Amino acid sequence: MTNTTAKDLPRTSSCYARSAIEGTNSLREMDLNGKLNIRGDASEQKFVDGMSQVLEMDLPISANSVNERGSQRLYCLGPDEWFLHCNLKSTDSLAQNLREKLAGVHCAVTEVSDYYTVLRLSGPDAEGLLRRGTPLDLHHGVFKHDHTAQTRFGHASILLHKLAEGEAWDIQVRWTYAEYLWDYLVSAMRSL
Amino acid sequence: MLLIECPWCGLRDQTEFHCHGEAHITRPLDPDSLSDEEWGSYVFFRNNPKGLHYERWEHSHGCRRWFNAARDTVTDHVYATYKPGVAKPEIES
Repeated sequence: MTNTTAKDLPRTSSCYARSAIEGTNSLREMDLNGKLNIRGDASEQKFVDGMSQVLEMDLPISANSVNERGSQRLYCLGPDEWFLHCNLKSTDSLAQNLREKLAGVHCAVTEVSDYYTVLRLSGPDAEGLLRRGTPLDLHHGVFKHDHTAQTRFGHASILLHKLAEGEAWDIQVRWTYAEYLWDYLVSAMRSL
Repeated sequence: MLLIECPWCGLRDQTEFHCHGEAHITRPLDPDSLSDEEWGSYVFFRNNPKGLHYERWEHSHGCRRWFNAARDTVTDHVYATYKPGVAKPEIES
């Protein structure tokens, strides 16, 4: 049996045949980054301390919030679930460090780097384009910079993140849904 | 458009949720002592009221957590949503 490492994996999702759109509004697929799904109990001090020590940042506690440090982003998805975006190369060592630090604590660290991909949509109409597919209230007074939410876009479940600056959104979607999401957004762009 | 309040994510559109039937059905502590009729009633039979109904819901396109909701089956009005393990709230319909 041969071991497959992250560097052997193809870095394109189901929308591999689509080339990035650069214009008033832009859409592109981000390079593959490392992704860890972490389950644990936020009321257990050992878990919270271990997480903050290894990742060197505070653990976001309320669902749909995000903390950022360097290239790492830690999303809180629910009362007992977190999602880490990190540099692809440091994924294995981070997962290993977390597992060692959290040994004996009831939790799970799962690598899911190649299960999701991230599309970045930016431009003055980005909010309106997203409204075509998601029922979430994206008005800038409600969904502010650095807000994040798991929601629906068309038939796909997504993790939506409005970046800290400008009109740019990161949309994390399952690898196999990427093409569907891409074409949906492109068709929305055409009808602007 | 019906908005449902997820106990963790707040108000969200109904299309993000799925309903999974009646809530607060307790598994019998000693199934061996039950008659076939009692077991059948536990497994298969559910209330189907016209009006207030306590249901289990799942925020399937969001945080994927389960919670309970008190909903009126006639008007679709959701009186309350609450976390699992919490006693059912008294609702005057």
